[in-house]
Amino acid sequence: MYSVEVQHISKSYTVKKQTTPALKDISFSVKKGELFGIIGPDGAGKTSLFRILTTLLLADEGTATVEGMNVVNEYKAIRKQVGYMPGRFSLYQDLTVKENLDFFATIFNTTVDENYDLIKDIYVQIEPFADRKAGKLSGGMKQKLALSCALIHRPTVLFLDEPTTGVDAVSRKEFWEMLKRLKEQGITILVSTPYMDEAEMCDRVALIQNGSILSIDTPQQIVASFAETMLAVRSTNMLQLLNKVRESSFVENAYPSGIYHHVILKQHATAEQLEQELQAATFAGLEIKKGQPTIEDCFMQLMRI
Amino acid sequence: MKPQQHTQAKQKNGAARRQFFSFVKKELLHIWRDKRTLFILLGMPVVQIIIFGFALTNEVKNSKIAVLDQSKDAATASLIAELNASRYFDVEANLTSYKEIEAAFKKGKIKLAVLLPSQFAEDLKHVNKASVQLIADASDPNVANTLTNYATAVIMDYQDRITNKQRLPYSINVETRMLYNPQLKGAYNFVPGVMAMVLLLVCTMMTAITIVREKEMGTMEIMLVSPMRPQMVVIAKAVPYFLLSSINIASILLLSVFALEVPINGSLLLLVTESLLFTLVSLSLGLLISSAAASQQVAMFISLVALFLPTVMLSGFMFPIENMPFPLRMISNIVPAKWFYIIVRSVMIKGVGLAAVWKETLILTGMLLFFLTVAIKRFKIRLQ
Repeated sequence: MYSVEVQHISKSYTVKKQTTPALKDISFSVKKGELFGIIGPDGAGKTSLFRILTTLLLADEGTATVEGMNVVNEYKAIRKQVGYMPGRFSLYQDLTVKENLDFFATIFNTTVDENYDLIKDIYVQIEPFADRKAGKLSGGMKQKLALSCALIHRPTVLFLDEPTTGVDAVSRKEFWEMLKRLKEQGITILVSTPYMDEAEMCDRVALIQNGSILSIDTPQQIVASFAETMLAVRSTNMLQLLNKVRESSFVENAYPSGIYHHVILKQHATAEQLEQELQAATFAGLEIKKGQPTIEDCFMQLMRI
Repeated sequence: MKPQQHTQAKQKNGAARRQFFSFVKKELLHIWRDKRTLFILLGMPVVQIIIFGFALTNEVKNSKIAVLDQSKDAATASLIAELNASRYFDVEANLTSYKEIEAAFKKGKIKLAVLLPSQFAEDLKHVNKASVQLIADASDPNVANTLTNYATAVIMDYQDRITNKQRLPYSINVETRMLYNPQLKGAYNFVPGVMAMVLLLVCTMMTAITIVREKEMGTMEIMLVSPMRPQMVVIAKAVPYFLLSSINIASILLLSVFALEVPINGSLLLLVTESLLFTLVSLSLGLLISSAAASQQVAMFISLVALFLPTVMLSGFMFPIENMPFPLRMISNIVPAKWFYIIVRSVMIKGVGLAAVWKETLILTGMLLFFLTVAIKRFKIRLQ
């Protein structure tokens, strides 16, 4: 049984007679109770996709359903059932934490007490600041409040558009822990993020770039399907090393990644061939090892195809 | 089955009512927390009434004049005293020669010079005819006109008094009476104008801006993805501004009656009802603008240029509509403030009842229905 089904959705924007495609023939399905990640850089089409699913935008082509309801015809029913957290902080800055929460509870025909158990984990962290204006909260606190507000009516599907953008690393980690707990309550969660490292927190991810889905699978499968040989190299002079590697006839692609450069070899090249070539160039402190591909490496590779 | 449906419908209504009041409460909090804007909204009518009432007046009071008295007899002395005594004139300078007149004007201090030729009293007694020359600074033609009229009136008064024993056998006496506003007070004119202006600013501009702000902040996105009906969102946003406007109507009326001494000659109930009708027209215009504007600046610009200017220029408050060229007279008909201005002037100053202003009331009601329908039709249930 699927919570969200998207079939052949396309959407383009026309600004000053110039048409820019935002989504190109997108299809995917999200199972009930799944934590589904949509991962891609800025401008990939994530927000457009979320807005179509939350009935805020009409697609040019294709159909989509949320909990079996059509996003075009049955938008009223969908709006009662889903929780949505837009990309930028969208609560009332001049209202206090408590006022915001009470307000959203009433708008969604419920009370804070009624569904307190669902938001309790999250809300206790911001409860000490209940009388503080929402605009005065830190980025992580704001996200927690926004999530509480989006959850207050016990939605069956939760749409979170880049909830961790602009939030510090600790808060990000906490946020994902909260999402995992919500998943246990049976809520289907669609979350978009530009951070590749967050992909492994999801049950399944769709990698999206320029309005097209590059791959949909579990993060483990995506990493496992990485077919090329990848090496991690480092030396004391990283810039020269990168230039040298990129010039090499055995190398398909090379880019910095943390303290190493990741090097993707051409199909018939071997690690030894590159090693010999680099040894000959006498780099100080040269280290070559087999690289462990991450989602980011997969993304970079998929983008080249 | 039926009673169950009934209770369901009842619950639904209750929920909608709670949503609505919760939204209004939230909106009031926004206004209350933004003290500066609140202060401007409530203070603006007070300041405008005071500025128009006491500073920006086109009545002529205490104008400085110069007198060149070449006769220096009892008659001229009493005439000059009479001029000086009227509240329109202050005799600033007594000139001694003809040449000094232009110099006095050039200094810019005086607005009018009164020339009394030599042997004024003699001529008056023996020839039964004396002349007075009035020289006015006509760089502002309206002021010059008013001043010469006032001066002539004072001189005629004086003449009447000294000749009342020996009336000429045939004479036509023109007697003018200024109805409704015998003292020709400017306040009678601008109080209705200020009301129209303030209501337009508070209702139209503020409502438009506050709705567009929700769009800009992204909160409208959440409101749309909620069970609350989109139309209810905009109507709930307009309610607090309706309340604010009611306060403004009250403060304008109180100030006009007690500070400017403009009476309310007609029915107060009718006046307030008509003002609330105009408030609703302004609110619906604000809703209409908000559906067209994408940013707060655009909303403000449309409100100011497309509404405020026509209200000031074409409502008849600053410039009489009768004197305008035909195209402008036509355009003035679609300016709601024009009709409101007519209604307020009629009810407040002339003291007439609904029977006299039913046509204008009907036009405003029509405008209200039209704007409201278009605004709600145009309100987007989605982002695009």
